[in-house]
Amino acid sequence: MSKVKRGKVVSYNKWGYIFLIPFVVTYAVFQLYPLFTTIYWSFFKYYRSGLSVIGPEFIGLANYKELLTTDLPKYALNTVIMWILGFIPQIFVSLLLGSWFADPRLRLKAAPVYKTIIYLPNLIMASAFSMLFFALFSLGGPVNAILTSIIPGFQPYSFFDHTWSVRALVAFMNFIMWFGNTTILLMAGMLGIDASLYEAAEVDGATPTQVFWRITLPLLRPILVYVLITSLIGGLQMFDVPQILSNGDGFPMRTSMTMIMYLNKHLFSKNYGLAGALSVILFIITGALSLLVYKVTDRKDD
Amino acid sequence: MKKKLLSVLLSTAMVAALLAGCTKNPGTSEVTSTPAGSEVVSGNVETGNTALAAFKTAVEEKYPELKEGTVVDLVDDGNYTATDGGKEIVIYCWNDEFQNRVKDHCPDYKADAADPNKGTYKGVDVTWVITPNEGTAYQDKVDNYFLGTDTSAGTVDIFLVEADYAIKYTGQNASLPMSEIGLDDSVFADQFDYTKDAVTFDGKLKGASWQACAGGLIYRRDIAKEVLGSDDPAEVQKAVADWAAFSDTAAKLKDAGYTITCSANDTYRVYSNNVTSPWVVDGKLNIDANIMNWVNDSKEMVDNGYTGTYDLWGDEWNAGFFQTGNVFCYFGPAWLINFCMAADQEGSVAHDGGWALTEGPQGFFWGGTWICAANGTDNKTEVAELIKTMTTDKKVLKEIVEKDSDCVNSKSLLSELANDTTFTSDILGGQNPYKIFLDGVGKVSLKNIGQYDQGCNEEFQKAMKEYFLGNAELGSLE
Amino acid sequence: MAKEGAMQLQMDKEKVTGGIRVRRVVANVVLILICALCLFWFFVLFINTTRSNSALKAGFTIVPGGYLIKNFISLFKGTLPVWNGLLNSVIISTSCAILATYFSSMTAYAIHAYDFKLKNVVFTFIMIIMTIPTQVVALGFIDMMLKWKWNNTFLPLIIPAIAAPVTFFYMKQYMDSVLPLAIIEAARIDGSGEFRTFNFIVMPMMKPAIAVQAIFCFVANWNNYFTPALLLSKDKVKTLPVLIAMLRSADFLKFDMGQVYAMITFSIFPVIIVYLVLSKFIVGGVALGSVKG
Repeated sequence: MSKVKRGKVVSYNKWGYIFLIPFVVTYAVFQLYPLFTTIYWSFFKYYRSGLSVIGPEFIGLANYKELLTTDLPKYALNTVIMWILGFIPQIFVSLLLGSWFADPRLRLKAAPVYKTIIYLPNLIMASAFSMLFFALFSLGGPVNAILTSIIPGFQPYSFFDHTWSVRALVAFMNFIMWFGNTTILLMAGMLGIDASLYEAAEVDGATPTQVFWRITLPLLRPILVYVLITSLIGGLQMFDVPQILSNGDGFPMRTSMTMIMYLNKHLFSKNYGLAGALSVILFIITGALSLLVYKVTDRKDD
Repeated sequence: MKKKLLSVLLSTAMVAALLAGCTKNPGTSEVTSTPAGSEVVSGNVETGNTALAAFKTAVEEKYPELKEGTVVDLVDDGNYTATDGGKEIVIYCWNDEFQNRVKDHCPDYKADAADPNKGTYKGVDVTWVITPNEGTAYQDKVDNYFLGTDTSAGTVDIFLVEADYAIKYTGQNASLPMSEIGLDDSVFADQFDYTKDAVTFDGKLKGASWQACAGGLIYRRDIAKEVLGSDDPAEVQKAVADWAAFSDTAAKLKDAGYTITCSANDTYRVYSNNVTSPWVVDGKLNIDANIMNWVNDSKEMVDNGYTGTYDLWGDEWNAGFFQTGNVFCYFGPAWLINFCMAADQEGSVAHDGGWALTEGPQGFFWGGTWICAANGTDNKTEVAELIKTMTTDKKVLKEIVEKDSDCVNSKSLLSELANDTTFTSDILGGQNPYKIFLDGVGKVSLKNIGQYDQGCNEEFQKAMKEYFLGNAELGSLE
Repeated sequence: MAKEGAMQLQMDKEKVTGGIRVRRVVANVVLILICALCLFWFFVLFINTTRSNSALKAGFTIVPGGYLIKNFISLFKGTLPVWNGLLNSVIISTSCAILATYFSSMTAYAIHAYDFKLKNVVFTFIMIIMTIPTQVVALGFIDMMLKWKWNNTFLPLIIPAIAAPVTFFYMKQYMDSVLPLAIIEAARIDGSGEFRTFNFIVMPMMKPAIAVQAIFCFVANWNNYFTPALLLSKDKVKTLPVLIAMLRSADFLKFDMGQVYAMITFSIFPVIIVYLVLSKFIVGGVALGSVKG
């Protein structure tokens, strides 16, 4: 098979390079150069204080050492916790909805309406969304009012002052903003699946569970891999939601501070050295994890 | 490890509960959220970090040089350039406040009808470059100009600053001494000292403001009558004349079901405007005695339930502006009273004229915008005249008071207003606030400002909130 | 007659699989609740848009206020170039969506359809750079744009969209699942050139994927604040999020939360419209199964 393919395609291979030109050129010009400067400065003591520039002074791996021996591991853990809190319900709900939409026997009449609505929360920008969250979950807000009226003796709870409630709110908001996105991705993938396969399964009397596990899931694998990897990357890069909900500081006691929020702190104080080192560490962690996930889940040989 | 796993599971259950709470009829779901929440306190103590240590870490992230026990010296090398003949006056600012003042009150300024960011001043084109102040965007914009990385707007002639970070520019010859553009100290003689302290470096005045954002203690008349027996400012002042009296009054208010302030953050500015030492001494963080008083007083007040720990401008803070609220007083200047207390909304205390003003325990200011002449300006004469007109011309300042209700930077004008019976405030139940502002602001001194103030003040309040809430011990800076 | 027979068969089958009706009811109930959760935020936003700055301070209520029209009038009569901002946002977001989807498909096609030496290297490289957080290169990128004097133009906001690794990865995965090489070879046999094959045979097949990524790309750029805030300082070129930030940092004399909410509502409308238009491609179901073996 592969021999035949190679034989036929070989004369066209130069087109592979031609089609790559726009991407490669754009990337090299706009991203690669800034990326190299980021990596370069990570070995330097180099920051701004007011209008003075300190450094650049070569200090080897000192920036890396400082980051790894102080609080970065803690922030990595926070990030992972909040990502998992949001991702588990997200993938669960998205797969469930996706399988419902894809199941021809269920014949959900309103499916197009449902499909359209679930993505809508993503259209609100995170900063505006969080304004609504603050209004709803404030001490005198409607959530506390409802809880007080339902549960006897309930004291209004300050959601933004406690570790787990802040983390839960971050996860909840991420969930609402992103589960529609995941569902859409999965749905688009499901549309690529031949409808006749489902019809055949129906004729053979397969149960919905069987259809899901034997047909939908295996054929959806490339898209699922995409969802898993991008969600992992997005999760490790989690920033705007916790940044706004925890006042930019991972309140309380930085238990909701993520790695990018930490990076953001150094970027804002114009510490090119530390920010560079942190970027490189982040990039190594995310890159390694993504490649690993890709290699494990995307076996081409079957 | 087990513990961590358990907490992950617990929180997953909580999200499920939250989701259930929003999608199904809540039954058991909220019950689970309460224990998950109450687990918090032990969770935080586990981090082993103290509030002051957290403060130190946060400040060192902002100012890495402090990690090494050094400070970056502010150097004004006296290398100034200011010329005439430029074709365009470029003004950097973060909103259109100053633009509107100039447009409305400056006789020689002609606004462009089509583009609000264009105009002419004495025949020279004016361009306003507005960078909204989210994050540090505005300061970045100004920094990039003076560091030479952003020359897109041409030569900047004027830039605006706030007191918190003014020294960053006044201390490194980004802003010109007023004397350098022909305005000597006598021009500004009628201005309040603190407004000059804020932009003075090495004895040189390097900016000017048209505002004096003097603050006072704004209290509710009905609660004062109920608890203190009188709503007369002089009588109420006795109950809040110093921090000890303030605390005693807080106890009385608590017994009557009120909190004296909404949040410990309300009083921070009052304490921090009255410090006797700077934030950094010899490269080391230093906590002034008055700041420490704020910590101790506030901790006691929070623990006793006299006040909360909410953020200013949040929903909880706003709630006190209404009759349904239970907050006795706020600390603030004229603009807070006039524009932020929801006077046009039925049900607000301000709408019913239910507030009154007194001096409170210590004098303070809040807010204000300073005009700086940029080093390198090529419209020296116009810049000087604009600054002079906008900050010292009494006719202009009087207009600003009348139209915009700003508390302006003129001792003599404020004295006149204090004795003018027509300048009464409906929100304050017919009281004339200017006398109190005048007395309070005269006492503010900004002799101890330093280049680390903005970061230190912000981070200190954040760290102390953790201490007040019981999330962390106070600890020490070592 | 045959119809009746088929119906009978259908009913039998439903009995056999059992509870399909129950499942349908459960699915509908759950979906309705989830949709309510999604729409709830728009309801809150709408309520807040109908209230005055002062009323908003009194806390959230579910009763709308009477300020809806007043808030919009003060927004449009104010000094902010709202319509200009709308136009700028439309131009930038549309261009980004087009460039990102077209060129990412092209890049993905290069990897998917051709077998060249550096193929795996390039693919691994893109996979790795995909994981670089945008913040990492932001500072360097902005410094470079300032140096080039590209600030206050749309170029730095649009052109980088050509190299969008995440979009590329999706296109690549999508091609893996829907685009057999046999089709390309069939096209070659018919004498179609490579560009032609890509533009007129491959691209139409990618429609659902393009619609999905076009939406994501459009929304991401529509809501982008960080880079535009640092690069666009002239009012004429500012985008909607930057204008919202300006409203929010207005001085106390003009600060009006009602207007901020009106502005947010105003800037959400166009995205909803674009979304509804594009979502037809996804939701309506484009028949793709025909070529799948």
